Amino acid sequence: MVLQSSKSTPTTKQNAIPSGSNDLIKQSRRTSSPVSKTRKPSNSTKPVQTQPASQKKKKKKPKDAHSSEHDQSTTTAFHEPIRRLIKPASQLELSAQELGEVVTRVLTGDDPDVPKNVCKFSFKDKCYKPDPPGQGDNMATHFSIQGSSMHVDSEECKKYREREGAFGEQMPKATNPDANGKVASETQTTTTSSATSTAGKTMKTDHIKNQFNYSDRASQTFNNPLKSRGVHTEPPPKTQFSEQVTQWMIYDSYKDECIINMMEHKQDSGSRNVSFEDKLASIVLEKGEAAHDKSDMMHSKDMAIALKIIGRLVNQNAEDEIFQDFKYYEDKADTIKPGQGTLLPLWRFSTERTNRKQVTSLCWNPLYNDLFAVGYGSYEFTRQGVGMVCCYSLKNTSYPEYVIGTESGVMCLDFHKHHPSLLAVGCYDGTVSLYDIGNRSNKPIYSSSIRSGKHSDPIWQVRWNEGGSSKEMNFYSISSDGKVAMWTMSKNEMKMEPVMLLKLANNVSTEDLEETTLTGLAGGCSFDFNTSRDNLFLVGTEEAIFTNVPRHTVANIFISCSADWIIKIWDHKSTQCLLHFDLGNAVGDVCWSPYSSTVFAAVTTDGRVHVFDLAQNKREPLCSQKVVRKARLTRASFNSKDYILIVGDDRGVVHSLKLSPNLRKLCFADDETKDEECENELGNADVQRMKMMRLLASIDKKYVQ
Amino acid sequence: MSTQTAESSTLYNPPNAVEMEETIARIRSHKGVECVIIMDRRGAVIQSTLNDEQSSAHATALSDLTARASHIIGMMNQNDSDDGDDELTFLRIRSKQREVMISPEKGFILVVIQNHHLMGS
Repeated sequence: MVLQSSKSTPTTKQNAIPSGSNDLIKQSRRTSSPVSKTRKPSNSTKPVQTQPASQKKKKKKPKDAHSSEHDQSTTTAFHEPIRRLIKPASQLELSAQELGEVVTRVLTGDDPDVPKNVCKFSFKDKCYKPDPPGQGDNMATHFSIQGSSMHVDSEECKKYREREGAFGEQMPKATNPDANGKVASETQTTTTSSATSTAGKTMKTDHIKNQFNYSDRASQTFNNPLKSRGVHTEPPPKTQFSEQVTQWMIYDSYKDECIINMMEHKQDSGSRNVSFEDKLASIVLEKGEAAHDKSDMMHSKDMAIALKIIGRLVNQNAEDEIFQDFKYYEDKADTIKPGQGTLLPLWRFSTERTNRKQVTSLCWNPLYNDLFAVGYGSYEFTRQGVGMVCCYSLKNTSYPEYVIGTESGVMCLDFHKHHPSLLAVGCYDGTVSLYDIGNRSNKPIYSSSIRSGKHSDPIWQVRWNEGGSSKEMNFYSISSDGKVAMWTMSKNEMKMEPVMLLKLANNVSTEDLEETTLTGLAGGCSFDFNTSRDNLFLVGTEEAIFTNVPRHTVANIFISCSADWIIKIWDHKSTQCLLHFDLGNAVGDVCWSPYSSTVFAAVTTDGRVHVFDLAQNKREPLCSQKVVRKARLTRASFNSKDYILIVGDDRGVVHSLKLSPNLRKLCFADDETKDEECENELGNADVQRMKMMRLLASIDKKYVQ
Repeated sequence: MSTQTAESSTLYNPPNAVEMEETIARIRSHKGVECVIIMDRRGAVIQSTLNDEQSSAHATALSDLTARASHIIGMMNQNDSDDGDDELTFLRIRSKQREVMISPEKGFILVVIQNHHLMGS
């Protein structure tokens, strides 16, 4: 039954649909089925509708027939079977008018199987929406066939025939029977017939293609459009360069390169020619060949200089107070006590490496006032070891500028006056060496060996001979083996020239070079040149008790000190001493001051420094000050410019002391001329000489002029 | 050998790597020295005794200052026609607490900062 099915299917579908849309579904069911609407009233009366008239009859009949049938069955068994209508009890009784009413029935194309209450989720509105069946949903395809049939009368067919006609006469024959019918001819048959029947047709190739489902297809794709793009960049910078090259320039550059190559070669072979290397190095630096890598930069020349300056600055900041004292402090006590002076201790110079060594020699550099060399060794025979030379600067008091190690203990050293970087060193083992401290290498330029000749005993003094007649530089040395030797620098070697043997004499202890009347060898301890006559020098020996004989600005006066506590001042023409002072302890060293002819300083083993000014006090020292607690003082030296005295002790420490104003008076105490005037006066040397002569005159009548 | 060469050789001795390191260590251990910084002219730290942050901060500031200082020297040069070759060689900044010593060289700047305030006590 159509009715039932149309009713039941929506309910089954309804179960699958969300309950929220029940109303819509009901509505749709009500509205969307015209069939059911029209049939509704005739729900139960369908069989009646078909036979309204007969039904009426039959309705009436059963009542009668019910009883009569029984009769008839019994009475007339062979009667025509009677048609009876069995009417259900619930059947509606219709009036005649109602029965006469014509119920229209409409056939629609709607498929009853298509669900009409489908809801679909709309992504556009984001909710479920009813999706009533559209046109396509109700279409049922019963049969479909693919083919190319066409109506005979259609335009298409006419065209086709025209085309076929153009190919040949036979073709219409084959197609005509078909064409007579209404059905269109099958093209396959026509093509096959045309292909077989007419051979040699030129147009035939067009029809070889499969005519059933061949379709001519072509597709057009987009071609990538062409684009052009341009970028502007800045042009590389241009510079104009022009130079003229001459033959000699080429020659020079070749020459430089040759020198550089040579230098590299030299460095490899490790040659020690200082001046040559320096020259080459300077050439290299000028040429800018020096590598400026980062690694090299850390160890470059610039870095060395920068570090040196910074080191000095840091030191100066750290020891600011001492530097202020050095420059500006004057002891005010001197004005109150005229006959006395004091020493102000400034810096201590020492390094860890020299702690166990004794200071055996001190020497100021003649060019750089702040630089001095210290020789370290040992005076004790049993405690000999390696020696050392340290060059300290007042500009950096914390660490030596140069350190040179030697094999044997250093006993003495001397700077050359005109070549201030040359340092002559005498050692305990009898060797003398010449160092260039600017070279910074630990190796001497020259060193004496057994082959070149050397002393056999410790050398006690070396001294440059500056005013010598020969062009070559030379220095003298004296050793306790009794020899005085002269060392001459030639190009490649240092030559030893024995000058004299110190022969033992009974009374005479000082010698002129010409008069050697000594017998037996005496151990030399010290010597010094005469300031005015270069061929004259003094020698101190062990036999005579001198250990030190510094010269004096006044030509013929010299001073001596010895371990027997006594300092003596001599005139070299006389065998009698002019003055003598007993200091109560062994005297290590004595030295004249460079600024005043009457001032000298002496150091003793009890750690005292004694400063004398004979112009002020002929008998007592102006100052006798203990500067070290336990150590013994060994050496002393005045600075040539500043009023500074350095003393060395046997613990490897050098102390610098500032002289108070009373210790540095340039003129006689009772003299009317002031110190400043003396300083300003051009002939200071004359003033000093006069001062000494005046002093001598007061001692001995024979000096009175 | 003349005095001149002797002098030059004392100033321009061949640098020795070990000695340089020793010198730096010595300066660093000196009384009051807070730091030693070596940097290039643009302020990139090459070697420093401070930690990275501090030294880079110092380096940028000080290299900038050095550049300005040398620029000022250059400007003064232009006014002074006699001496065209003047150049900044050293820069010291002293404050109450410390002193900054800057040594600008060709390829690098050496900086030492020293606290002179602490040294007295």
